[in-house]
Amino acid sequence: MTRQRTVANKPIKKRRRFSRDDFELMSISLPTVAWYIAFCYLPMFGIVFAFKNYKLAPGKGFIYSLFVNSKWVGLDNFKFIFKSPDLANIIRNTLSYNIVFIIIGAALPVALAILISEMHSRKLAKTCQTAIFLPHFLSWVVVSYFVYAFLSSDKGLVNAIVKLFGGDAHLWYQEMQSWPGFLIFINTWKTVGYTMVVYMATIVGIDQSLYESAVIDGASKWQQIKGITLPMLRPVISIMLIMNLGRIFSSDFGLFYVVTRNSNSLIDVTQTIDVYVYKAMREKSIFGYTSATALLQSVLGCILILIANTVVKKIDPESGLI
Amino acid sequence: MLEINEVKQEGMSRTATAKPARYTDGMARYNRVGKMPNAFISILFILLALIAFLPLIFVFIISVSSETSIAQHGYSFWPSEFSTSAYQELWKSRDYIGRAFLNSVGITVVGTALGLILMGTMGYAMSRRTFYLRGVYTWIVFIPMLFGGGLVATYMINTQVYHLKDSYFALLLPGAVSSWWVIIMRTFFQTTVPDSIIESGKMDGASQLRIFAQLVIPISLPVLATIGLFLTFAYWNAWYGAMLYITTNHKELYPLQYVLMSIERNVDFLARREEYSSATGGLMENIPTETIRMAIVILIVLPIACSYPFFQRYFVGGLTIGSVKG
Repeated sequence: MTRQRTVANKPIKKRRRFSRDDFELMSISLPTVAWYIAFCYLPMFGIVFAFKNYKLAPGKGFIYSLFVNSKWVGLDNFKFIFKSPDLANIIRNTLSYNIVFIIIGAALPVALAILISEMHSRKLAKTCQTAIFLPHFLSWVVVSYFVYAFLSSDKGLVNAIVKLFGGDAHLWYQEMQSWPGFLIFINTWKTVGYTMVVYMATIVGIDQSLYESAVIDGASKWQQIKGITLPMLRPVISIMLIMNLGRIFSSDFGLFYVVTRNSNSLIDVTQTIDVYVYKAMREKSIFGYTSATALLQSVLGCILILIANTVVKKIDPESGLI
Repeated sequence: MLEINEVKQEGMSRTATAKPARYTDGMARYNRVGKMPNAFISILFILLALIAFLPLIFVFIISVSSETSIAQHGYSFWPSEFSTSAYQELWKSRDYIGRAFLNSVGITVVGTALGLILMGTMGYAMSRRTFYLRGVYTWIVFIPMLFGGGLVATYMINTQVYHLKDSYFALLLPGAVSSWWVIIMRTFFQTTVPDSIIESGKMDGASQLRIFAQLVIPISLPVLATIGLFLTFAYWNAWYGAMLYITTNHKELYPLQYVLMSIERNVDFLARREEYSSATGGLMENIPTETIRMAIVILIVLPIACSYPFFQRYFVGGLTIGSVKG
């Protein structure tokens, strides 16, 4: 499909002069190109940090410090990461949370979208959908207060209920064994509305005559879902999967840092790559290996997104992202 | 390879113009689920809606509870005593909170306008099939979707090279453009703006800037509204930039979200209040520390909660143009 298009474009693109039209188009888009260079491409050169031992030269400015004053250390920063005792735990956290998020994020919203589109009362469906969509519009800072209202050790609602049934109050922000569950729940709570709406919009767009012919052939509801709805949703599901796979080494900083109130007792279950990089950079001012970590994260994410895309395209040529 | 997400415009109009009347014809009526499953589904979704919405109501109730009631019973859906003291206190510290509120509003408005201009012009240039640099532009936009310099490099460049630390630009610029939206804009312009309109503009001797501003924008309002809304909510909810780039010496630059976050970090908010307002004698014990945080949460969420139901259809449209391949 892509190949056809490039071929179709060829005759138009044939060698030609840079016209006045091109100049005008270039001028109006110049600020955006400048933005891309300034905020996307220059930071990419910042990856030299990963191969340097950054030392600030007082009074000499940043560029001088980085390129002249700081020594090349080759792969030392990377070696350092792999020797770090925290690393295994951090990577395990990042990957396992993301895998759970991806599985829940693929299955639950699809199920909910199919169910809600079967509801008889459109009005009720619309109201519920609107309510479930709300958390998507809230920031993690706000969500962290919502969570605090429930989990605060002395005033929280959860402890009040626990006490009501004769239990002992928990210090939730210090008990790490509960947090994997909490984090999965909170993340699902915040994201499910968004993805559900994406799938719903696709379901609404499915040609109704497909279902009509299925009914005439005597297909049950379940057969219709399996035979029509799910296949029609497949491209959207795969695009979402590819995008999430590309982000499997990244994590939502707000969820793991703000919602957990940066609690030190929880660090074993809440420290992900992004939290770790941020803390090392801000609290300890370590630039070399944090930047090496970030570089690894970027490269691995990029490779994964390309692999996932290739695999999905092999299975179903129509479903790729690129 | 670079034809990312060629999207047909139907995806947009289909969802933007609401539902087809599904149950009016007999076939659909025949094909719907039975009464019992329907009741089950309805109850399930009412429960889910409650789970999604209750925390907000809970926080609101806390914000209007009295401090003594919270001291006695903790946070509760049924406080023993109501009080508006938290909101009075917010009003008293309006030098600080009000400034933060205005910061948030200003950043949201300026940021949204900036983002729309930057992404609109880029999307338009890329949508012109005859544009000389089209291929180059596609790569420029596409590569950052796959690869980035990482937090450390970005942070160092922004602070050391551009000196964005402690300025509004740090809160505005880095989030203004997203490749995803640029591509959606491009696709929209490509599929919905007829070439004949642009040709007619050219024939009348209009420049590309004029064609874009006077001919293309008026017929592209749906996509601009969608992306504008996304930007609005993104800027209103932003706190990460402030955390990275605004130091504690410049609290006057804090957006509301970050004020809320920094209260959580250290309770120096009250000290700041003393600094900001000349009103003296504000005894610490009288300030409702518990409820005032929740009142700020409400201050942040209220504009969102009141507006998003009306804008929802644009979001739905935006999501579909973002995810449906044509």
